[in-house]
Amino acid sequence: MSVVNLNSENFTNEVLEENLPVLIDFWASWCGPCRMMAPVVDEIASSMEGSLKVGKVNIDENPELAEKYGVMSIPTFIVIKNGKETGRTIGVQAKEEILKLL
Amino acid sequence: MYDVIIVGSGPAGISASIYVKRRKLSVLVISTKNSALEKTEKIENYYGFEKGITGKELYNNGINQAKNLGVELINDEVVSLKFLENFEVETINSKYEAKAVILATGTNRNAPDIKGIKEFEGKGVSYCAICDAYFYKSKDVAVLGNGNYAIYEMEQLKPIVNSVTILTNGSKIIENRHEDLQVIEKPIKEVKGNNKIEEVQFEDNTKKSISGIFIAQGIASSSDLARQIGARIENNNIVVDENMQTTVPGLFACGDCTGGLLQISKSVYEGALAGLSVLKDIKL
Repeated sequence: MSVVNLNSENFTNEVLEENLPVLIDFWASWCGPCRMMAPVVDEIASSMEGSLKVGKVNIDENPELAEKYGVMSIPTFIVIKNGKETGRTIGVQAKEEILKLL
Repeated sequence: MYDVIIVGSGPAGISASIYVKRRKLSVLVISTKNSALEKTEKIENYYGFEKGITGKELYNNGINQAKNLGVELINDEVVSLKFLENFEVETINSKYEAKAVILATGTNRNAPDIKGIKEFEGKGVSYCAICDAYFYKSKDVAVLGNGNYAIYEMEQLKPIVNSVTILTNGSKIIENRHEDLQVIEKPIKEVKGNNKIEEVQFEDNTKKSISGIFIAQGIASSSDLARQIGARIENNNIVVDENMQTTVPGLFACGDCTGGLLQISKSVYEGALAGLSVLKDIKL
């Protein structure tokens, strides 16, 4: 499964009403650490296919979603299960650390 | 553009520079000459000195050895590290580019020990102005620090936020280069808020309302620079592989900043390994 680009229009359908857990990567193009994490996020999406949905929120294009989840530092990774936040971590880290949130 | 830029001129940085230079690559060592080694009075546990040696002497010997081999050394302070097409190293006075960078500034021993700082990480406490300034648009923020690094971070924030105050936490600010610089030099008691930072309380029980505090104490350390560019840090040590490469390709780290034994022998070994690894990494 590829990484889904999330925005205000598709967020309810793709995240809040999703049966699978969803990992969301809040990022921006000007953020060096976010760029370094992009391959890690892609790898998680392909290795966890079928058991985890992975989405990205570009905070420049969707500031309201960053605001809604109180994101104040990027990259921020949030796990949502059944519409509710169940885990969060900030900054560059290993794939294993992010998977621990699940 | 240089083949390799090395930040730091202690045993790790100088060893790396020697290995790189001997293979005829262009190498620049940038350092504030503020080495932990230089301040060590006497070293009696390092191989080959029958009566021991002072830290200052060993440090200067290393620098002279590198200079004799033709290594270019400059005295400047690195405040920013970016990767665009190449690595871009910004100092107080200039900007340099390199194909690879080796971080060897030693360890940061001046992490802030202020109540609330740890608790509010990611909720108002940030270690990277360029990464997080966006979230403080039109808000009042502070930078914790008193040197050029703090002033650099302040300059990154200024165009975006409403106001920036430098909090020195009891230290004196370096020579004031900005007429309109807002500085509070009072010692800080704690950082307070509910879900996120709301105010700083000083020892004299006065308060200042702020929405964010950016940490930039002392000189930007290897881990500060690694964090800016997006290399992985664990327990304030830069994560490296068996070749001293960080999680960012082309960026290496060696010496005290990678953790483990804070010993000269370990720094010399890691510097040599980082230098040799860079040689393999750079496509000549």
